[in-house]
Amino acid sequence: MSDVSQPAAHPPVTDWVHDFDHTDPQWTEDPFPIWDELRAASPVVHTERFLGCYMPTTYEAVREIANDSEHFSSRRIIVRDVRPEITSRNSAPPITSDPPVHKPAKQLLLPPFTPDAMKKLEPRVRAICNELIDGFITEDRLDAAERYTKHIPVRAIAHMLGIPETDSDLFIRWIHMILELGIKDENTLLQAVQEMTGYFSAHIEARKNKPTDDLISYLMNARDKDGNPLEDSHVLGSLRLLLIAGIDTTWSAIGSSLWHLARTPTDRERLIAEPELIPTAVEELLRAYSPVTMAREVVKETTVSGCPVKTGNMVLLSFPAANRDPKMFPDADKVVIDRRENRHAAFGLGIHRCVGSNLARMEMQVALEEWLKRIPDFALDPAGTVTWSQGTVRGPRQLPFLLGKAM
Amino acid sequence: MTERLRVHVDPDKCQGHARCKALAPELFELDEYGNAHEAGDGIVPPGLEDKAWLAKSNCPEIAIDVIEE
Repeated sequence: MSDVSQPAAHPPVTDWVHDFDHTDPQWTEDPFPIWDELRAASPVVHTERFLGCYMPTTYEAVREIANDSEHFSSRRIIVRDVRPEITSRNSAPPITSDPPVHKPAKQLLLPPFTPDAMKKLEPRVRAICNELIDGFITEDRLDAAERYTKHIPVRAIAHMLGIPETDSDLFIRWIHMILELGIKDENTLLQAVQEMTGYFSAHIEARKNKPTDDLISYLMNARDKDGNPLEDSHVLGSLRLLLIAGIDTTWSAIGSSLWHLARTPTDRERLIAEPELIPTAVEELLRAYSPVTMAREVVKETTVSGCPVKTGNMVLLSFPAANRDPKMFPDADKVVIDRRENRHAAFGLGIHRCVGSNLARMEMQVALEEWLKRIPDFALDPAGTVTWSQGTVRGPRQLPFLLGKAM
Repeated sequence: MTERLRVHVDPDKCQGHARCKALAPELFELDEYGNAHEAGDGIVPPGLEDKAWLAKSNCPEIAIDVIEE
């Protein structure tokens, strides 16, 4: 990834309430106190950065916006420095679609991602986790992001799409260019999109002569309500979405979970003693360390939790901040791994609920189960530094661990 | 006499998070899109009351009603 230049710096933030910036290093490192400060100030705050952007700070305000596609469009879903003209209505359906085109595009993608479909994929994910662990089980120290969390979702989604798992590094590079560098550098984003389009076009062409039993062929064979096949641009857009949305999101969630467990021996020991608690713990880790922040664009003036919002602005739709709202979650700032009531919004709320939520949950459960089974003892390496990704998806990108007897 | 419980999923609110199916598989079913509806007539068999309340309190869309009859 060394050939990709670093994005331009923003001026440092000194007034979070009136000038917030989700790409500021302080936010990247430790956003939780910032969100508390913003929430205490107002249910909706505003910044002039990013050509004007609001942020709802409470769970309720986030829910209001997520459920209101009349005033808030999904045509732009990343808050960036620039807001170029939208040239294609098929940019990444259904995540970039509004009603009424959203529903049919979404329904098309749902059947391959049901919990039952995920059960069929689970053995492959378990095998991927164990292949990765085999590669470092004898070592004393490692970067768990580089050697473990990073590889699980990308290989799983490659397996589903029917593309070589060995192309994983290519996909990870594109995602870094789109989700991180692309916030401030349009050319890098366009280059990644172009490369992805070329890659998937070749896979689509190959399947026109020789259909396969995978998600790419599934989309190529899909028909709309009038019985017509999807335009190639729709298939390409959805493939782009699956790859982008399915990789560093879950990679981040698995990484944050292991980071928490490395620092919290009581939780780790409890999950080893009671593995049946892992699914409940996964929900709590999703709440406390939700990776994904989405965006909307204000297309019609309205109010949110009593605050006026005006057109021409973006909205930073922070599900992670909503999930830390103490009005919604008692002890919101604590990780309670057996929390019984947990309506967290890590996968969004409303019509844009993450298509891959069942996949992500399965991957997180399996990744934690297999890790804890084989590596019960691990801790953060005091000689290393944990680094977090910037912007739309938050998770550890370097996760230095000591394993077993090295601790 | 103890009250009988019945669960109901509002299909207009359900977005297919599938939390109810994970927490109370006996009480809910999913369709081909992964959206939930109550199993059968929604009546909660004795012993599963706790699961009914758990499903309700974990639905992010507030789509589940537990009705005491």
